[in-house]
Amino acid sequence: MPQVTLTVNGQSHTAEVEGRTLLVELLREKLRLTGTHVGCDTSQCGACVVHVNGESVKSCTTLAVMCDGASVTTIEGLAKPDGTLHPMQEAFREYHALQCGFCTPGMVMSAIDLVQKNPQGLTEQQIREGLEGNLCRCTGYHNIVKAIAAAAEVMHGRRSEIARAAE
Amino acid sequence: MNVVAPFEGIGASVRRKEDFRFLQGRGAYTDDFNRQGQLHAWILRSPHAHARIRAVDTAKAAAMPGVVAVFTGADMARDNVGGLPCGWQIHNKDGSPMAEPPHPVLAQEKVRHVGDPVAVAIAATREQARDAAEAIVVDYEVLPAAATMEAAQKPGAPVIHDGVPNNLCYDWHIGDKAAVDAAFAGAKHVVTLDLVNNRLIPNAMEPRAALGEYDRTTGEYTLTTTSQNPHVIRLLMGANVLHIPESKLRVVAPDVGGGFGSKIYHYAEEAIVTWAAGKLARPVKWTADRSESFMSDAHGRDHVSHAELALDGNGKILGLRVSTQANMGAYLSTFAPCVPTYLYATLLAGVYTTPVIYCEVKAVFTNTVPVDAYRGAGRPEATFLLERLMDVAAQETGIDRIELRRRNFIPTDAFPYQTPVALQYDSGNYHATLDQALAAADWAGFEARRAEAAKRGKLRGIGCSTYLEACGIAPSAVVGSLGARAGLYEVGTIRVHPTGSVTVLTGAHSHGQGHETTFAQLVADKLGVPVAQVDIVHGDTAKVPFGMGTYGSRSLAVGGSAMMKAMDKIIAKGKRIAAHLMEASVDDIEFDRGTFRVAGTDRTKSLVDISVAAYVPHNYPIEELEPGLEETAFYDPKNFTYPGGCHIAEVEIDPETGKVAVVNFTAVDDVGRVINPMIVEGQVQGGVAQGIGQALLESCVYDANGQLLSGSMMDYTMPRADDLPPVGVATHTTLCTHNPLGVKGCGEVGAIGSPPAVINAVVDALRDYGVRTLDMPATPAKIWQIINGGRRMAAE
Repeated sequence: MPQVTLTVNGQSHTAEVEGRTLLVELLREKLRLTGTHVGCDTSQCGACVVHVNGESVKSCTTLAVMCDGASVTTIEGLAKPDGTLHPMQEAFREYHALQCGFCTPGMVMSAIDLVQKNPQGLTEQQIREGLEGNLCRCTGYHNIVKAIAAAAEVMHGRRSEIARAAE
Repeated sequence: MNVVAPFEGIGASVRRKEDFRFLQGRGAYTDDFNRQGQLHAWILRSPHAHARIRAVDTAKAAAMPGVVAVFTGADMARDNVGGLPCGWQIHNKDGSPMAEPPHPVLAQEKVRHVGDPVAVAIAATREQARDAAEAIVVDYEVLPAAATMEAAQKPGAPVIHDGVPNNLCYDWHIGDKAAVDAAFAGAKHVVTLDLVNNRLIPNAMEPRAALGEYDRTTGEYTLTTTSQNPHVIRLLMGANVLHIPESKLRVVAPDVGGGFGSKIYHYAEEAIVTWAAGKLARPVKWTADRSESFMSDAHGRDHVSHAELALDGNGKILGLRVSTQANMGAYLSTFAPCVPTYLYATLLAGVYTTPVIYCEVKAVFTNTVPVDAYRGAGRPEATFLLERLMDVAAQETGIDRIELRRRNFIPTDAFPYQTPVALQYDSGNYHATLDQALAAADWAGFEARRAEAAKRGKLRGIGCSTYLEACGIAPSAVVGSLGARAGLYEVGTIRVHPTGSVTVLTGAHSHGQGHETTFAQLVADKLGVPVAQVDIVHGDTAKVPFGMGTYGSRSLAVGGSAMMKAMDKIIAKGKRIAAHLMEASVDDIEFDRGTFRVAGTDRTKSLVDISVAAYVPHNYPIEELEPGLEETAFYDPKNFTYPGGCHIAEVEIDPETGKVAVVNFTAVDDVGRVINPMIVEGQVQGGVAQGIGQALLESCVYDANGQLLSGSMMDYTMPRADDLPPVGVATHTTLCTHNPLGVKGCGEVGAIGSPPAVINAVVDALRDYGVRTLDMPATPAKIWQIINGGRRMAAE
């Protein structure tokens, strides 16, 4: 069986995988990082989104062998070691942008990539379009959009902390 | 002493406790569990809608790498495994019971829908199990299928179940037919409407999963499953299917990724993994692929109705007559029979003073996935019928649609209000919710917006729905008399620990609703314990005494009431301990948020003083009182609760493409007392998203042979962020009069009120095209044909 060596959340791992093993299977089953979820089998829902070399990818449609040498960040790797949440995590909590929590890891990882790629800021419509690859069945997206807008301000240094502005 | 910060109690938007684990990937969903020696199951499902199984050859599959066992329906029959039970029995018009054909766990002799489980392969890895399942050879004799209710009821239709003539499950009715006929005979206007309530696929984001375990030492089984009601699953599976006593069967529903009804029911896979774990004495896990979810999770809705409304010359409703056909699918799912009857026809008064109502419902078997409750369950179907009918009636009588509704509202001073279809509403104020919604949506200013849109070449429309629902289910004696085979109370235990922190055990189950926060707020409010020191335990039959689970917006109204009752017992006991400690009479002890006080004095004891005394009873009234501070209460509701309100949708249609955009949505709901406004708002927004999904996007489609065409997320249109508008949510509170919290429930209102508001808005936008009725979903193709067909007709 092929061997892959990759860095996940800062830690190096080497694992034997089948050629057909998906990145999400490697993460969930071999590394027991079960924060990354599988919600569909047609690459539609985005519950499995992680960052590979800083870019958001759907780990359900990425072969593990393609990630040899790569650096992967999952939802488990976002908060600081002292427990401080990433601004996107904090914003999701502050704006009630999650209910059952199942789509949340993928949603947060997609949102971070979306915000990082748009330092100039995002309109509400751009955020909605940017979430094209992620499904949520609980929230109706309204609070997710608000949370991403708030996190973007903090991530790009335009605001110092996540807090509900006008309410 | 515990001092509660006031913002944590009832009415505070406390940020959710559960979010820390969900946001850091520390949630524990069923598929996240892996046990020592665990095997994986893959279910082989029928590719045919209707076929006889001539033979199943498992030899090749059983010999494949990693395979431990391959089981078929015959293996289960040999072990005397029972069929999946139905939890509700409806009676026909003539008093005879409904047809209740067997629902085998693994198919016996026949398959009746695409996705019907035929065999299970169990192997060391999921991939090996899947490879083995694909190597099982099934010799099918394909039979003609009835994919629609129409096909199932035609003369000579395929017989889906032996002994069920015409594929008719039941022919039921409610109401006074003669009185309704008389009302119609004297009517000035009769408005008729044919409606289809489109079939939906729930698609909770977490696919169903089940992990069975057997402990050879104790003989105990454990099932970890994606369920909204673990105790109900234990009862149904233990008693009816696997014949395991409750004392030897533990069911755990850990973090569950959404349910919306689809995870209420007892499913075949739960029984398969539990049974197989016992047979193999090893843990067995099954997790659905999304494709399997589409063809094995219970679907929702699927009604075809003919409705007639009788009105007098002033637009006052005289009577309502409805005939509905409801699709049950191939088998009866756990609560399927009650959805189109007691959760539907009893709601047909809505918010109106309709004096007489008659409704008949035929439930029909078809070669499709079983249909059961999906968010709202029966109430969205009733609301869609009524609120479309009101708009058509307004059009045909020439009375303004808002005015017509107002003329028929149940007056605010008429509560309690007895409807002609069994329910008695306790409270509501439909004028107030309507007024508030009209103002919030700027209904008065709409024509200017329509004109402005027209300048941009867009067709703009506005629509409203004034709805009511019945939830907080339900009084056990009432539902028992209507055919329920269960009680619908809820159970709550309050465990005050020696040092004053609190554990709450509840039979309700959270799969997104935020119970860990809302329920903790109840304790904070009543006992004065900070939310951070209150832990909510749910979803485990080994920990929680009993429970009926979460559905029908019942968690707070019924489960919360049980907790309030248990806290009353805690306070009563605490007063006796406090009286002893302060050498006062029990009658003189007052309690307020964590402090026991001798009335009129400054002598106090904190809840912690009392809990320490209760668990370290050195100075304690031991002769009269047991040590400890833990109380359990069962709460059986006195009535349903009746949330209601007004939803207003504003849409814009691009006539070039037929695409409908919801540009504004306003929801004003009366959900009774609000414990956590942030969570209520989130529940309504999510419900509205599903309602807009039903109205514009979602539809389950079968072809004539019973093949599921909308069988993946590439074929079934799930609402995405850019399909949905910002949803303005507000509440107007009238208190429920019969539960201790005054709460009504908020989980389903969004999905109930919104679909007719959207369709009424679309019809309004298309008013120049002569549209009288429009079936959901209002897809671009349908709208484009209306617009262009209209143009052609105008030209001819």
